[in-house]
Amino acid sequence: MPKDNPNKTYTAGVKEYRETYWMPDYTPSDTDFLAVFKVIPQEGVPREEAAAAVAAESSTGTWTTVWTDLLTDLDYYKGRAYAIEDVPGNDEAFYAFIAYPIDLFEEGSVVNILTSLVGNVFGFKAVRALRLEDVRIPIAYVKTCGGPPNGIQVERDKMNKYGRPMLGCTIKPKLGLSAKNYGRAVYEVLRGGLDFAKDDENVNSQPFMRWRDRYDYVMEAIQKAEAETGEKKGSYLNVTAPTPDEMFKRAEYAKELGAPIIMHDYLTAGFTANTGLANWCRDNGMLLHIHRAMHAVIDRNPNHGIHFRVLTKMLRLSGGDHLHSGTVVGKLEGDRAATLGWIDIMRDSYIKEDRSRGIMFDQDWGSMPGVFPVASGGIHVWHMPALVSIFGDDSVLQFGGGTLGHPWGNAAGAAANRVALEACVEARNQGRELEKEGKDILTNAAKSSPELATAMETWKEIKFEFDTVDKLDVQHR
Amino acid sequence: MADMQDYKSSLSDVKSRKFETFSYLPEMDDARTRKQVEYIVSKGWNPAIEHTEPENAAGSYWYMWKLPMFGETDVDRILAEAEACHKAHPNNHVRLVGYDNYAQSKGTEMVVYRGNPV
Repeated sequence: MPKDNPNKTYTAGVKEYRETYWMPDYTPSDTDFLAVFKVIPQEGVPREEAAAAVAAESSTGTWTTVWTDLLTDLDYYKGRAYAIEDVPGNDEAFYAFIAYPIDLFEEGSVVNILTSLVGNVFGFKAVRALRLEDVRIPIAYVKTCGGPPNGIQVERDKMNKYGRPMLGCTIKPKLGLSAKNYGRAVYEVLRGGLDFAKDDENVNSQPFMRWRDRYDYVMEAIQKAEAETGEKKGSYLNVTAPTPDEMFKRAEYAKELGAPIIMHDYLTAGFTANTGLANWCRDNGMLLHIHRAMHAVIDRNPNHGIHFRVLTKMLRLSGGDHLHSGTVVGKLEGDRAATLGWIDIMRDSYIKEDRSRGIMFDQDWGSMPGVFPVASGGIHVWHMPALVSIFGDDSVLQFGGGTLGHPWGNAAGAAANRVALEACVEARNQGRELEKEGKDILTNAAKSSPELATAMETWKEIKFEFDTVDKLDVQHR
Repeated sequence: MADMQDYKSSLSDVKSRKFETFSYLPEMDDARTRKQVEYIVSKGWNPAIEHTEPENAAGSYWYMWKLPMFGETDVDRILAEAEACHKAHPNNHVRLVGYDNYAQSKGTEMVVYRGNPV
């Protein structure tokens, strides 16, 4: 029995999208996926038509009517463009809000979500540029995804780290070290007081250092540093590999060695691999660090691509215990308010719409565990007060050059960072304002740490003050 | 810049063993400990005292000193329990814990009396 229009008949030809997909009176339901796109239409295309076209092309539509449309209830399955708004500070673009029924997406599949939402539509002729700014994943769908294999609290318990951010360091040079020399660098940073070392993302299994040799030496480094310091240590063993089979083989070996944490590049390796690996980690009690190589290709252009807050939500669904977030203060891109927004998206259970941070929808994660944001890139001891203030306890602060570049070596560099971190946490707990009193706090801590005093002399003048390319959309008039 | 220094830490030197948060800072004194107790109370966490022989500090479970002080907000009473634990076990590490029952985890923990490692 046809539900709504018993007289629907087949008429071949091209219809305007807005006749079917522009529904300004539609009220989204709690189970709908919501998306907001920033759209720059081709000249002469009205906003409603462009928004409807995006809704159509990212859901049920194709360019012409086909007779098989009438074999289903398309009015149920179609995406609905339900609102249009001006983009502050951008006269040629507008926001198109689109609701998608939950049944358009396979349960537990980030792959399917992205294939629909950011598939063919991004090459679509009617729009000149298109950017997916934010999505709302309905809690009903969140419950079908595994999410982070461990989450913030379980990781704290496993690693025995409470009341402070954790500290890490990417081993450099990023390419070219032999496995045994590499293990030496890992050992030094761990014995000096860091919690984690990290494989550089470019390190997979090259001729100069095969993965298995690296894992063996790094594990020896972890074990000795744990015995020496009495603290739990880890090193993110990168299992990113050319094929899923190879990835799982490496993960299995890391587990066999007793490694607490492995790492994966979720964008270059892809969501199928990432979700599979996250599930494996959950089954095998392994922590999972996620790197985001390639993200800037996707998220840096303010008019075209996918905003990082969306990539953050996709990772939290797919699964990972750590995710690089940007530092706000270091060498890489990061608008402070926007970064704080996606940090909340990683960690919190419920995030309210907040346009001042670019968050366009409420997001309910229910009981899905949180992800540690990782601040990494171009940071050193002088940044510590700001980092502790911005990121709070539930974060991983990673100093690569800022550890290894210490004039006395890695262990001293690590100790300098650990002393600076603990001094800042203690001061914060005492109610002091870190960003105002940072210099005083660090100077005082350096009195009992020659390693910190030397680090402060070494990096005094380095600052990164380039303007952000991808800013929040704010009114310019 | 100061001359290069050796990083002193070894398996054979028990003083190299650390015990997580604040173990890279100078040992706590009464005034600094009081501030941290105030912090735990201000966060609404439940204070608790634990202790262990330094050589067993790496394990997940230290000995509880009595039970966590659920709902206790009197800073002096919390400090008095830490001191009592220290007096009863002068060679042990004594740590102050803040249990966060919403996160179902420890909000923080730190050693406030350092023991004598053997």
